[in-house]
Amino acid sequence: MSTRILIPLDSSAVALGADEVAAAIASEASKRKGDVSIVRTGSYGMHWLEPLIDVGGVGFGPVTVADVPSLFDSEFGNHRLNIGRIDDHPFMKAQTRLTFARCGRIDPLSLAEYQAGGGLNGIGAAIMLGPAQTIEFVVRSGLRGRGGAGFPTGIKWKTVADTKSDTKYVVCNADEGDSGTFSDRMIMEGDPLVLIEGMAIAAIATGATKGYIYIRSEYPIAIQVMNQALRAARAGGLLGKSVFGSPYVFDIEVRVGAGAYVCGEETSLLESLEGRRGQVRAKPPLPAIQGLFGKPTVVNNVISLASIPAILSGGADEYKSLGTGRSRGSIPIQLAGNVKYAGLFEAPFGMTLGDLVMKIGGGTRSGRPVRAVQVGGPLGAYFPTSLFDTPFDYEAFTAKGGLIGHAGIVVFDNTVDLARQARFAMEFCAIESCGKCTPCRIGSVRGVEVIDRILAGNSVDDHLKLLDDLCSTLRQGSLCALGGFVPYPVMSAVTHFPEDFRKKVA
Amino acid sequence: MASHASWDEKHAAEIIGGFTSMAGATLPILHALQESFGFITERAIEMVADALNLSRAEVYGVVSFYHDFRREPPGKHVLKLCRAEACQSMGADALAARDKSDLGIDWHGTTADGRVTLEPVFCLGLCSCAPAAMIDGKLVGRLTETTLTSTLAKARA
Repeated sequence: MSTRILIPLDSSAVALGADEVAAAIASEASKRKGDVSIVRTGSYGMHWLEPLIDVGGVGFGPVTVADVPSLFDSEFGNHRLNIGRIDDHPFMKAQTRLTFARCGRIDPLSLAEYQAGGGLNGIGAAIMLGPAQTIEFVVRSGLRGRGGAGFPTGIKWKTVADTKSDTKYVVCNADEGDSGTFSDRMIMEGDPLVLIEGMAIAAIATGATKGYIYIRSEYPIAIQVMNQALRAARAGGLLGKSVFGSPYVFDIEVRVGAGAYVCGEETSLLESLEGRRGQVRAKPPLPAIQGLFGKPTVVNNVISLASIPAILSGGADEYKSLGTGRSRGSIPIQLAGNVKYAGLFEAPFGMTLGDLVMKIGGGTRSGRPVRAVQVGGPLGAYFPTSLFDTPFDYEAFTAKGGLIGHAGIVVFDNTVDLARQARFAMEFCAIESCGKCTPCRIGSVRGVEVIDRILAGNSVDDHLKLLDDLCSTLRQGSLCALGGFVPYPVMSAVTHFPEDFRKKVA
Repeated sequence: MASHASWDEKHAAEIIGGFTSMAGATLPILHALQESFGFITERAIEMVADALNLSRAEVYGVVSFYHDFRREPPGKHVLKLCRAEACQSMGADALAARDKSDLGIDWHGTTADGRVTLEPVFCLGLCSCAPAAMIDGKLVGRLTETTLTSTLAKARA
């Protein structure tokens, strides 16, 4: 019998040598005349073990090219890299994998494996329920946009469905630019068909006939896998003139960004899709009413759309029963930066930040004490360890002056200088500002200058007051979240780590 | 290694012609042109403007807005170092400083011998194996001074 070896094609595994390992395994197998079939898959999300290969459910990692002969010698059994059954690993067992149920396990391009893993039940349900009931189902699940804003997905769909138009669009925002986040990338590389199914369900629910996936250019592997998956979906009848055998018509095209962070903002993304500079639009009109090419458009994040099939097949009430407060369901949390067990951890909302960083993440990779974590990307707040009792929940983070954003957690050890981080936040905003509104375009540049004066020990109290005032202008006067949220990292650093701003004060 | 064709107006016209029925084709065309020629020439801007019935200013505006599009030819090798927070938490700033001084260039610069162009990138989605880089399109995680130095030495050899 042929030995099936799963080797991740996920970017994080590839960046750690998975392609070279795959080539070495193929050549070793042919040298030994072994009957081996290699399948390139997504990642399970245990990135400290990458490249992690899976042989019959048993994991070996991190594998290097040099380990390959001895792995064959052990017949992929008793070997020092053997981590046991992957499903029994504590990092996996502690999770509730709904959106990421198949990621790592299946050939991402095989419709048959996708279906065998529970895929395509959602779209079957949507076709049976029809548009109005499908939307009702999504509303009832309590799903909120996973891109960061947390707007109820079902309500957005209903607005598009209720707006009369000859043409409507579903746009998937895959411009995952926040540092510390990679869940969109992992789904597109590891289970792209779930995103396609989610988009097709959105199209059925709202009456859209054309979809776009706007993927950032920094994700070459995701772009390639997504395009291959679209071809497989068309060939398998999931897309086209009769979606999954129904009378609905829908197809999807991948578009590639060009390195502008602001294009993750939905109106800027639409401008970019239309071929212009990615400058934000004033709202209203909402994209749901006048979006792409002026037509009603659903704009949803990758994870929001990829969560839909499991909700439709598993039940809205079941999904809603997970979570806490107004944050319902599961959320793929990304543990990043200076953290020992870095990777993707899907769990119901409500775990504390401290448990995520210390128990699941195992503290820092450097072995030094944790000093700060930034949650929610470059526009998220820096939290000290004294806020580690905060539950992972939209409202709980807002109450503490932060945000969960796209659920990335970046861990820093005690060598971090929060005044430098605050300066970087302003610098990043200045580099990435689209330039449309003055507070963001000019305020960010002034912000860097003011922080430089503080760092030089120049009238620190006066300049801290000025910085607070500037942040208030940015917060209230910016058109979008880039200028509007940059006060989060800056002021949280000032509030929780004041000593870092006074190093030059006698 | 990045290998680009030298400017060829006929080839450029063919590339642009392949996109004329596409809605909102500006970015896909510019990506295709840059992939072939390595950068966006003045003449390319005129040709895209003509094909899409836009003004040259509009196309220039798009080229200058997006960090990906270059107006100058890149070096033989392009090194993109991630500057974002997750990589900072693992020492990316020190790596970048060392790299800039080794190469004698700043961000967006190309070494005098034309071998290496250094570009910043804000997140490659490799935040769980930081610091990260992309060298001629190849992803590298957990970058160290040693691996960076040997990669650069190879690139400049």
